[in-house]
Amino acid sequence: MVVQEFFHMGGYAFYVWTSYALTAVVLIFNVVQPLIRKRKSKRDLIMRLRRNLR
Amino acid sequence: MLTPWLSWICALLLIAGLYGGLIYAPPDYQQGESFRIIYVHVPSAWMSMFVYVLMATAGGVGLIWHIKIAEVFAKSCAPLGASFTFLALATGSLWGKPMWGTWWVWDARLTSELILLFLYLGYMALQSAFDDRRVAARASAVLALVGLINIPIIHYSVEWWSTLHQGATVTKLDAPSIHIDMLIPLLIMALAFKLYFFTIVLIRSRTEILEYECNSKWVSDLLNETEVSK
Repeated sequence: MVVQEFFHMGGYAFYVWTSYALTAVVLIFNVVQPLIRKRKSKRDLIMRLRRNLR
Repeated sequence: MLTPWLSWICALLLIAGLYGGLIYAPPDYQQGESFRIIYVHVPSAWMSMFVYVLMATAGGVGLIWHIKIAEVFAKSCAPLGASFTFLALATGSLWGKPMWGTWWVWDARLTSELILLFLYLGYMALQSAFDDRRVAARASAVLALVGLINIPIIHYSVEWWSTLHQGATVTKLDAPSIHIDMLIPLLIMALAFKLYFFTIVLIRSRTEILEYECNSKWVSDLLNETEVSK
C-alpha cells in the first residue's frame, strides 16, 4: 500500500511524475549529446591527422 | 581528471536529493504532495539564472581581455542554461496547473523567465551565425551582457509586481520560511544540479577547445601519442 501511495502522490501523480520524467530526459540528453560530440570530433581529428601523415 | 570525481559526487547527491525530496520530506500542509515538484523546479530556476550570469561574465572577460578559454566557456554554458530555463518553465507549468488552475499566465515572473529562454536561444543562434569563432564569441558576448538586465528583473519580479508566483522562501535575508526537512533536500538537489552543470560544461569546453585548436601542435601531439600511430 505504501508503494501505491508513493506513486499516487496524493492525486498529483501526473504533474509530479511528468515533471521528474521531463527533468530526467533533459538532464540525460545533456550528458549524452556532449559525449557523442566529443567522440565524433576526436575521430574527425584523428582522420585528418592520418591523412596528413600520408 | 576532474570530471569523473565531479560526476560521482553529483550522482550521489542526486540520489540523496531525490530520496529526501520524494520520500523523506513531509507533504506540504497547503499543496499536499504536489509541492514535491519544487525539488526539480527551484534548482532548475536557480541554475537558469546562475548559468546566465556566469555565461555573461565569461563572455565579458573574453570581450575585454580576449581570453580564448573564457569565450569557449561562455559558449559551452548556453545549451545547459537553455535546458535549465526550459525545465524551470515546464515544471513550473506542471505545478501551476493543479495549484493555480492554469498552465500559464503572462505575469512578471513567468514572462521574464520566458525572455531568459529567448535570450539563451538568441545567444546560441548568434554563436552559430558566424564562421569565425572569435567574431561569434564577441557578438554573442555583447548580447549576453545586454541581457544581464533581465536577471534582477526575474529575481525581484515577485516583489515589484503582484503575481501568481509565490515570493521567495529561501533566498531572502531573514530566515527561510520553509521547514528544515523540506529545505535540506532542496539544497542537496541545488548542489547536485550545480555539480552536474560544471561536469557537463567541462566536457563541452574540452571538445570545443579540441576543435578550436585542431591545427595547433599540442593537439596533434596529444592524438599522435594515443591513436594515430595505431
